[in-house]
Amino acid sequence: MMASAKMTSARMTSVSTPRGAAAVGLVILAVAVIAFPLLFSSPVVTNYAVYALIFVAVASAWNLFSGFSGYISLGQAVFFGSGAYAVGIAAKDWHITGTGVFALLPLAAAVGAVIAVPFGLVALRVRRHTFIVITIAVFFIFQLMAFNLNSFTGGTIGMSAPFLPWSPTTFNDRFYYITLACAVATVVIAVLTRRSRSGLQLRAIRDDEDRARGLGVRAMRVKLTAFVLSAAITGLVGGVWFLYLTQVLPQSGFDPLFDLSLVLMAFLGGLGTISGPVIGALIIEPGQLYLTIRYTNGYLSEILLGALFLLIVLFMPRGIVPTAGEWIRRLQSRGRPAVPAAAAPAQQASDAPAREARR
Amino acid sequence: MTALLRTEGVRKAYGGVHALDSCTVEVEEGSVAGLIGPNGSGKTTLFNVITGYAKADEGHVYLGDRPITNVAPDRVFALGIGRTFQLTRIFASLTVLENMLVASPNGRAAARRRAMEQLEFVGIAGHHAALAGTLSYGQRKLLELAYVLVADPAVILLDEPAGGVNLSLVNTIADRIRELNASGKTFLIVEHNMEFVMGLCDRVTVLDSGAVVAAGPPAIIRTDRRVLNAYLGEDLAEDDPHPGQQSVEQP
Repeated sequence: MMASAKMTSARMTSVSTPRGAAAVGLVILAVAVIAFPLLFSSPVVTNYAVYALIFVAVASAWNLFSGFSGYISLGQAVFFGSGAYAVGIAAKDWHITGTGVFALLPLAAAVGAVIAVPFGLVALRVRRHTFIVITIAVFFIFQLMAFNLNSFTGGTIGMSAPFLPWSPTTFNDRFYYITLACAVATVVIAVLTRRSRSGLQLRAIRDDEDRARGLGVRAMRVKLTAFVLSAAITGLVGGVWFLYLTQVLPQSGFDPLFDLSLVLMAFLGGLGTISGPVIGALIIEPGQLYLTIRYTNGYLSEILLGALFLLIVLFMPRGIVPTAGEWIRRLQSRGRPAVPAAAAPAQQASDAPAREARR
Repeated sequence: MTALLRTEGVRKAYGGVHALDSCTVEVEEGSVAGLIGPNGSGKTTLFNVITGYAKADEGHVYLGDRPITNVAPDRVFALGIGRTFQLTRIFASLTVLENMLVASPNGRAAARRRAMEQLEFVGIAGHHAALAGTLSYGQRKLLELAYVLVADPAVILLDEPAGGVNLSLVNTIADRIRELNASGKTFLIVEHNMEFVMGLCDRVTVLDSGAVVAAGPPAIIRTDRRVLNAYLGEDLAEDDPHPGQQSVEQP
């Protein structure tokens, strides 16, 4: 009886401790993130933080489709730039000024989503390399349009955002909280998507799309829904980025390095995981900014970015989160029997055919 | 008895190769039907045409009275035809339980309950939290059978269920098929293991070069000269003193 009670207690402790630790860790993280601008009031630091959070949001949005489904898109800048231009054009044409421009952010999301529908209907009919090539092609079509539709996009001059009547000392702080809200909301949407039936079906598509179809998965519908959702979030964040930067140019709104950065962030952190793109964005974006600001050679960050990508693919192809998880599991299982004593006979019986089949 | 699944005059060519040539096959409701033939005879192609993975060039496929020719695989599954593959195709990065839920049409709680029931039925419930990619080949075969069952299809197409697995697991699979058949499921099975086919099937159809060369009860098929010719070649078949005992796996 005593032994049983002890075992139950030990089991409860082993279950509750990690969850309790995770909850405490989450609260500390939340407090730290909320207090960040109060602790680091320098605009240089908050500028890093705002960019990092923008990329946390867009990398998570990219991962929501590409990471879960395995369809690596290099056309996400289409939605980012379109969201930025949508806010700029609407503000200019409708004469919206001041903080009223934030009311245009849903429009930026809608524009991203609307573009994603025909884009997805064409691109999602093909897979792997062909899909990647189509996304790149669509990306360049949009960049060329931004350059050449002068009356609409301002051409090479681009567009300027309406003036925000905020004090320069609080400007970055306000955008910090706006981008923080975007990042948190995107991560929450990614968690909900991953846990949903659609999320499961997306991951099944990543493993074997044809097999998934044979099990009733309406692959096109599932992929397109995730693609549109990802595009809407990216469009909205593109709008926020435009208001923060106060300007969008064709080469900055539709920047090929933007997509490469997203891919690298997701690969570094862990493709298809929730925390992977977050960690990747928090490492890469501040690093990239630092190198760009610190060194006058603008190509240095790009060269290092390429080198980092090679290193990840060669030495940590699964990314930080899955690799670290594997190390932790190995450490935890060290010294333990491979099969618990009580379960061993049943396990052996169940594995008997397996052993036979392996021979 | 009525045919629940029927193909009529199905033709399918890949370039100049006729994989199926006026192929007509009937599977009666509640039966276990076998589909045998030498390698390259068109068995898997017929499965692909039935389940929408390959488009028929000519001919028709019916589920009951409903034409399902060239219908997409997800729709075929929704209509009540589930299939397994010759080489197992599981979702390696998902857990065993998640594999089951991919095919589940039910809500979360009901889906999990039914998925666990099916895993217990095939005997791998203990592995529900393991990544499917870590399962052995035999366990993958069982998982494939289990997740096809989750959506409760009326017809189940099994492509070499006994291929590459040991004798005890072959018996387990055969027992599960019998149990499911007793509960009303209809089966069409492609298999090279003649003992398995002859012991399990009510009716066997033999394909050779994409065409049906014989169809009937196992006892008749076992000694049918056209079947032996298809498997062994005409000369060898005539020399064989015990045609019924000949293993078709070694033509």
